[in-house]
Amino acid sequence: MTFWERNQLKLAPFLFLAPAILIFLIYVIYPIFDSIWVSFHEWNGMDKEGTRGNGNPNWRWVGLNNYITLFTDDEEFYVSLFNNVRWLIFSLLAIPIGLMLALFVNQKILGMRYIKSLFYFPFVINAVVIGVIFTWFYNPKYGALAYVLGFFGLDPVPFLADENLATYGIIIASFFPGIAYTMILYITGLTGVSREMIEAGRIDGASGFTMLWNVVLPQLKPATLIAIVVTIVGALRSFDLIAVMTAGGPWGSSEVLAYKMYQESLFNYRMGYGAAIATILFLIMDIYIAWFLYRLFKNERSEK
Amino acid sequence: MKKLITLIVLFTSTVVSAGTLVVNSNQSGESSKAAFDAYVDAFRAAHPEVTVVVNEFEHEAYKTAIRNFLTAEAPDVAIWFAGNRMKFFVDQNLFQDVSDVWADAGLNDSMASTKGSLTVDGKQYGVPWGYYQWGVYYRKDLFDNLGLNVPKDWEEFKWVCAMLKKNGITPITIGTKFLWTAGGWFDYLNLRINGYQFHMDLTAGKVSYEDPRLDATFAAWRELIDPGYFLEDHASFSWQDAQAPQINGEAAMYLIGNFYVPTLESAGVVDKMDFFQFPTIVEGIGVAEDAPTDTMHIPSGAKNVEDAKKFLAFMSNKEAATNWATMGGMLSPNKYADKPTNRFSVMGAEMLAAADDIAQFWDRDANPDMAGAAMEGFQEFMVKPDREAKIRARLEKERERIHGPI
Repeated sequence: MTFWERNQLKLAPFLFLAPAILIFLIYVIYPIFDSIWVSFHEWNGMDKEGTRGNGNPNWRWVGLNNYITLFTDDEEFYVSLFNNVRWLIFSLLAIPIGLMLALFVNQKILGMRYIKSLFYFPFVINAVVIGVIFTWFYNPKYGALAYVLGFFGLDPVPFLADENLATYGIIIASFFPGIAYTMILYITGLTGVSREMIEAGRIDGASGFTMLWNVVLPQLKPATLIAIVVTIVGALRSFDLIAVMTAGGPWGSSEVLAYKMYQESLFNYRMGYGAAIATILFLIMDIYIAWFLYRLFKNERSEK
Repeated sequence: MKKLITLIVLFTSTVVSAGTLVVNSNQSGESSKAAFDAYVDAFRAAHPEVTVVVNEFEHEAYKTAIRNFLTAEAPDVAIWFAGNRMKFFVDQNLFQDVSDVWADAGLNDSMASTKGSLTVDGKQYGVPWGYYQWGVYYRKDLFDNLGLNVPKDWEEFKWVCAMLKKNGITPITIGTKFLWTAGGWFDYLNLRINGYQFHMDLTAGKVSYEDPRLDATFAAWRELIDPGYFLEDHASFSWQDAQAPQINGEAAMYLIGNFYVPTLESAGVVDKMDFFQFPTIVEGIGVAEDAPTDTMHIPSGAKNVEDAKKFLAFMSNKEAATNWATMGGMLSPNKYADKPTNRFSVMGAEMLAAADDIAQFWDRDANPDMAGAAMEGFQEFMVKPDREAKIRARLEKERERIHGPI
């Protein structure tokens, strides 16, 4: 037997995986380490050997300086970080709303199928389109919101032009597809809820909220976990809606880390600084992913 | 994207032979593309020995792509902008000195008015092909209804604003969502109060943002902000959104560039519109105007420099120069070019010809990150003028980081 024949079964999976692993290494793993490396430098994105107009080199080792500046000397960084936290917390609201909608449309009423598909519709629309629609909706002069408020005799609220409200305005827009997505998750979850348990609960006198909390929700746990994960990842990645709706404004008050990174590296020619922001965002995500994997493994083990 | 561009450039460079001229263009809009194609065709007719290959990029994507292709695989000619945007690449040794083209093709004479914005340390690094004026586009019908005249100085301007406001019309429309429109206001106020040289020193990072001379600029701005002369909630509008109130007749004036005119034409209100020069504020200060200039350059890595210089020198051909500029809605920098016919362009050409100095525009004169931070500060000032001291301190800190101590 040749070497190949002896080890074919062992080697074949690796050969099949090799192209994917190679591409993963080149396009995911290498850039991560390269970004971290860049974050210890001051770099304007130009030729690393060249010099700037003021005589300084284009590429210069600055150690932890970028991080020190970020944490001690950049108010906008804290604004972005705080906005990321706001995104994390408030976008989770999409989950209970999605659950309520799922319970609502999960009834056998004539035509409910069509209503279901209408609720799902926002998830199919591109984020940029949603951003544009909501920008028009919020327009304090000609927008629908201004008309509705005007109908009740209220002054228009310039959501996207107010430094305190802009982020909330964008988060509300993100609910539009977010709620639709969690609703679908819960509808699928509800089909798996055991009839017997509900019957049993009813015999024991549970109804309404007690039934939901003690009988239905525990069975929806897998759906809830996925909903939380997807919502949080979505919140951390939030970028497109911000770029479309406010471009980080007014005066940077709705920026998040991802947007600030983009702004610093591509428009301000501060690649090293942008890379430092990216590294911090990466670390935040790491903590979260570690927690998530831990939960996932624990769940799988307890199921065995 | 980066890879794709490199690939395209690599591909074109392999088919390049002697006599092939590679031009990278950002003229992707419908009319600007037609205008650029006309120039290339005219050049081909005049120089049949040169094969011109044009790589066309989308206008916004070009701004990031140029950094890659100038260092990786440079074309022979690249389109770009005058002022600090050009200087950035000159400092990186990525654009060639083309002073000889200026001398040989007589551009020193025909393009004297824009020479300064293409010059670094006494040498020219590019050739301009078009520019346009900034100024106040206003509703003449609204002015006439109220019996208002074009304001010539600051007191008249404020009086006009007050009269409009009293009659329920928003005096000035503006959309600062993308910030640069606020940069236009700062440019004009500072140019009219402190003059061209001070303004250029400020954009070059040689003057502190806490300099007492800037107090007057911000104070004048406040005279318009406090009484509410600017469109309300302007931070939520883009510059296009801000057109609507003026087109609907709810706002009277708009400080903007001449690229506004096609919108006015398609909205059918162009007959009700007119244009005036930004009023004088301090007597005796030389008149400077914003007139952003679009240019052509030869990258240092160009392979066919000889033909590239012919392509740039062809701007001395007044017919080709006129066509490229006017078809794209701009003014030709060539003073022998045919006079424009559109009435706004005519007014712009006269105004710029009489100007003492020409500035490029805030975000083209200043360093990119300084420009961005400053315009954010201007936007904040326009909404929260009480934060002036805090904003200026922040900008000064940013200036010091970028340009070093004074």
